Amino acid sequence: MARRAEPISALPGAGAALFVAALILGTLAAVALRAETGRGFAASDWAALRFTLTQAILSAVTSVGLAIGLARALARRRFFGRSALITLLGAPFILPVIVAILGLLSVFGRAGWISQLLMFFGLEPLQIYGLHGVVLAHVFFNLPLATRLILQGWQEIPAERFRLAAQLNAGPRAMWQLLEAPMLRRVVPGALAVVFAICLSSFAVALTLGGGPRATTIELAIYQAFRFDFDLGRAALLSALQLVLTGGAAFVALRVADNDGAGAGLDRVLRRWDGDAPLARGLDAAWIVGAALFLILPLSAVVVSGVSGLLLLNAGVWMAALTSVLVAGLSTLVLLLLALPMAAAVAMGRSTLIEVAGILGLAASPLVIGTGLFIVIYPVADPFALALPVTALVNAVMALPFALRILVPQAREVMMRYGRLALSLDMAGGPFLWRVFLPRMRAQIGFAAGLAAALSMGDLGVITLFADPEVATLPLQVYRLMGAYQMQAAAGAALLLLLLSMGAFWILDRGGRWHAEA
Amino acid sequence: MKYSVFAAALLGASAAYADTPELTVYTYDSFVSDWGPGPAVEQAFEAQCDCDLKLVAAGDGAALLARVKLEGARSDADVVLGLDTNLTAAAAATGLFAEHGVTADYSLPLAWEDATFAPYDWGYFAFVHNADAVSVPTNFKALGASDMKIVIQDPRSSTPGLGLLMWVKAAYGDDAPAIWADLADNVVTVTKGWSEAYGLFLDGEADMVLSYTTSPAYHLIAEEDATKAAAAFDEGHYMQVEVAGVLAASDQPELARDFMQFMVSEGFQSVIPTTNWMYPSVTPASGLPEGFETLITPVKSLLLPADEAAALRDGALGEWLDALSQ
Repeated sequence: MARRAEPISALPGAGAALFVAALILGTLAAVALRAETGRGFAASDWAALRFTLTQAILSAVTSVGLAIGLARALARRRFFGRSALITLLGAPFILPVIVAILGLLSVFGRAGWISQLLMFFGLEPLQIYGLHGVVLAHVFFNLPLATRLILQGWQEIPAERFRLAAQLNAGPRAMWQLLEAPMLRRVVPGALAVVFAICLSSFAVALTLGGGPRATTIELAIYQAFRFDFDLGRAALLSALQLVLTGGAAFVALRVADNDGAGAGLDRVLRRWDGDAPLARGLDAAWIVGAALFLILPLSAVVVSGVSGLLLLNAGVWMAALTSVLVAGLSTLVLLLLALPMAAAVAMGRSTLIEVAGILGLAASPLVIGTGLFIVIYPVADPFALALPVTALVNAVMALPFALRILVPQAREVMMRYGRLALSLDMAGGPFLWRVFLPRMRAQIGFAAGLAAALSMGDLGVITLFADPEVATLPLQVYRLMGAYQMQAAAGAALLLLLLSMGAFWILDRGGRWHAEA
Repeated sequence: MKYSVFAAALLGASAAYADTPELTVYTYDSFVSDWGPGPAVEQAFEAQCDCDLKLVAAGDGAALLARVKLEGARSDADVVLGLDTNLTAAAAATGLFAEHGVTADYSLPLAWEDATFAPYDWGYFAFVHNADAVSVPTNFKALGASDMKIVIQDPRSSTPGLGLLMWVKAAYGDDAPAIWADLADNVVTVTKGWSEAYGLFLDGEADMVLSYTTSPAYHLIAEEDATKAAAAFDEGHYMQVEVAGVLAASDQPELARDFMQFMVSEGFQSVIPTTNWMYPSVTPASGLPEGFETLITPVKSLLLPADEAAALRDGALGEWLDALSQ
């Protein structure tokens, strides 16, 4: 294949993708090689596979479906508190699962606010446990993320397009057909794939809200293979199955996605003339208020139960908080070093395999990666000494799929519009990177970094395998407090975690905003 | 200075004491937490051993065993503390453990004869409920017939969950599937671990939660809250005996045995009731703390021998899955 001239090299991106793939597949192989027994697939594994797929598909379709309406309403409206609301949208995603579930149950549970209201009117309390409970929780976790991904798509449509369409007297319907639907065709498959993949590896949510062993997912089967049977071969086999499912979904989504961008603009302030009708206003308001209530009520429950616990926090919790901040910072740095070259390489039309490598992080079980790394590191170094760097690295790989979904569309845009111009001006390498590429990616870099920091802050994955008491992270500390009956202190620590994650997300995302109003 | 603090935090590097020997004990998370027995145990043992005791948290009981298996004979650990009798057969089968040599006058409700693992505390599993609940069931059959809602833990991911499986098995043997079939409609949900289940119960999602007879003691003593009670079941309560063992490959075998003997002494045992919220395996001279006398005493202690528990495990799990997946 003849190589096109490019303003920057795609090699670092390919290298990063290779590194990520080697990390994930290598650790999987390390686990498989240590396997002694191995009893292959049991009938229960097929049931787990069916349940996993059912709930993941339902969760993805519901989350993304609702997110389209919400993102559209948010894209059309400017109101007081909009920016705070968008930041808040990052919150459910990074809470430790147990904390988020308890928050959800305070609202939707048997003794929750809605049930109490229902019983006040003599009605039956809500029955949340079952498939619908699992989907509800997954929508709570993923609606915000899907909304942000789709909103990003809306913001990538240059303001000039809407201006022009308005001059041509296009109504909401025409706007939709001309500008919005094509954009959605580009963004939605990716969002679906991401949410599907996240839900695929759900375990504690599915078990707790699923109501019993019916709601067994592959992730639980992996966990069982490790913890109950110490059957590494079976764990590796199940992990591979999970990887294939996610990889497949990612591949389909990337194929379906239409890569044609909306064109370049001059970054004008966006105004929408089509949304002024009272009906449109009312509809948008309903979307925004409904979604805000759905997301904010459970979070308020976390805040309410945590406030009194804040006073009970001791030095150990603060030390854990500091550790979490350090890990999150390191993890964000590693993420950007991996994701930016990969996004640039993808934008230059390099194979979709790089994107698939990026999405693998979603499907890989942290338990398997952690164990694999343990096996690999153990002969040469003390795993405890490496606990935090390893956690940061694995968190970065886990955040990579999100970062790529955020970065790639804009990177394509930049390459397509400015690549040739830059080459014709003989501007390549460093100058292109610093003067064209990075400045135009600022908003996306900020969003991706914010998400990575928040995700890493809330993660309770590998650290459990490598943890030693002096270096506990905050989510781990929450579990330890609960294990010692310190429910109040645990709620306080969870609130602290929520504040830290939101803070990290807000600072990074804010730093990258490009439309002042976005 | 700043840099070194940063580096220490980043690498989690522990200070190396050139002339003091180091004893590494793997244990579970809640043992080392500030509210757990860890800090007091560390202080008391270091005062007498002239060594550095390093407590390392590695998940819960089952995760501990997996960790030791992963590391094999090259493990840094000298002692593993926190397995229970449902895990000891598998642990012994690894061949990684040596005899402990501990002698003690145990106050367990049964004779202790295991030469590989020594018990440091024990408790009874029980369903904990609000003290004002009316018509609390007194056995599994009554529970199955009642409309009490319970939260239990998944035996595939938690030790209490596995304990409940063994409880039903020990009490009902081959009739266990019928018991589970009756219980199925009482189970609100099944959680990954104890923390989740207890949190759900405190939030009012269920009438009862699988925990320990000693759980109400925590609320009573630490929170001066007498609103929690454990239901006494007349078929008996299954015991959890928590044990520790010495690794055969330890580079500090002497010190490890000293620690094991310390484990059944006053300094260790006296902090167990109000930090680990379990019964000490050797009752301290001062007796149990005030509040423990309010706890229920089961009419019968159930415990399957380690090898029997291990042999029954897979079958019991299958029965449980069948009954609750209907």
